[in-house]
Amino acid sequence: MNGTYSAGAGLGLKAEHYADAWTCRASGLWFEVHPENYMLGGPRMAWLQRIAEHHPLSLHGVALSLAADIAPDEMHLHRLRALIDQLQPALVSEHLAWSSWRGQYLPDLLPFPRSNEALVRISDNVQRTQDALGRSISLENPSHYLPMEGHDWDEIDFLAELARRTGCGLLLDVNNVHVSAHNLGFDAAAYLARFPAQAISEIHLAGHSNDAQASLLIDSHDATIAAPVWALYQQLITRIGPRPTLIERDGNLPAFSELLAERDTAQALLDSAGARP
Amino acid sequence: MTLSLGQFQAAFVEALYHRPAPQLAALTGHAAFAVYRNSVLAGCVDALRANFPSVEALTGPAWMQDAASAYAQRTPPDDPRLIHYGAAFADFLEQMQAQHGLPYLADVARLDFAWCEAFSAPREPSLALADLAGMTATDLANSYLAPRRSVRWRWFARHPAFSLWQHSREGQAWPHDQPWVAEGAVFSGTAEGVAQQALEVGGCAFLDACAQGLPLEQASQVALARQPDLDFTDLLGRLLAAQAFHPLAFA
Repeated sequence: MNGTYSAGAGLGLKAEHYADAWTCRASGLWFEVHPENYMLGGPRMAWLQRIAEHHPLSLHGVALSLAADIAPDEMHLHRLRALIDQLQPALVSEHLAWSSWRGQYLPDLLPFPRSNEALVRISDNVQRTQDALGRSISLENPSHYLPMEGHDWDEIDFLAELARRTGCGLLLDVNNVHVSAHNLGFDAAAYLARFPAQAISEIHLAGHSNDAQASLLIDSHDATIAAPVWALYQQLITRIGPRPTLIERDGNLPAFSELLAERDTAQALLDSAGARP
Repeated sequence: MTLSLGQFQAAFVEALYHRPAPQLAALTGHAAFAVYRNSVLAGCVDALRANFPSVEALTGPAWMQDAASAYAQRTPPDDPRLIHYGAAFADFLEQMQAQHGLPYLADVARLDFAWCEAFSAPREPSLALADLAGMTATDLANSYLAPRRSVRWRWFARHPAFSLWQHSREGQAWPHDQPWVAEGAVFSGTAEGVAQQALEVGGCAFLDACAQGLPLEQASQVALARQPDLDFTDLLGRLLAAQAFHPLAFA
């Protein structure tokens, strides 16, 4: 699928929706999962394989910890490779973040200063990952909650340079841009207008929540997609053309039909963008 | 002061757990740093709540939230496959008995974790009753029944642990006429899920003996010595139906 419009709008797959996902035949529908939930035996993998018979899959990792100051865990890479070989996913992606430290797993996507040192380390980590997996991956822009010192690089330039050095793709999460723009005080539309179109292999959309106490937006994936995020998405695909687009939903999980209706909105926008000359 | 990436991350982890991190004073003094503290802790707590549903049913969500949070601060996860998180949670609850006052809570937690282990173990072929057709009694006596990696069993001498676990997990009240007797359990992970059943003390002794590598005849003698009234044929039928064993190996 890399960068081409062979898949339309997809949904994050939750165990509660296995049966619905298996029977659904919506055109262009694909599903994304966190591979960490399937690096196991048991019935989950059997469900995923059944669903993969009808729909393309994407593996979206949360634990490679590519922005850590050490190389990715060999055992984790080995498990991910085994999963890729079994499932043959259309897309494989990770986050520009870190989540492990000296053998300890921190279940979050943590920030870091975009320094020259970090660029060298992360380039090496992405390259090691791609070598171990035998394919390219995509990297997702993170959500930000507070300003940080020590950056040598602007985020877009940092991601573009990583893509240039390693050949990786970029996963552009529009909700993350909206959340970060609110929290750090920058212009989300200007950010998206500058994001390198040719490197974008996938787009993410999600809902967020409001932390009124700290005047923050939180990338919580527990609500429907907000109107400003839809508007940013429409501007983006008008500029760059249609790309595989995923709707993430982790909390306050509604019925599958509700998610499918939200996904149909994204699909209609993709179809419209694809129909433009 | 410019920190290396490693120095930054070391200090960040200290700050996440409310330990001193003077190198990151500006960052961690920001109100929004709480988002990271909260998210990391919530990820751990949510995983424990998912892995120990019977414990939560017995103690209530607020108590479970506090206990999981205390455990997570002391014992963070070491594996991103969070279904493996909480290996020491039962022991932690045992040490907290003065606070929850439930002498059986730690054993219920052991069953919750055993269920996760059975659910997530690698899939392996299993022995079916039909595989034994045509075998002579001598062949059978000399065969080895090895429990599959997805099988967990345990005898609980002090409580009806399996019934307590099952009622809690299914949201059922404890029946007033339910006898308070010692009880074991066996869980077997299969392609469809986890087969679960109560297991008598002789059954637990039999599985222990099989896991130690004793041939079937000796393992059955161990079981009968532990529980003289054991209906061994019935036990073997139940364990085979639960897909408890690898395909047969012979001496």
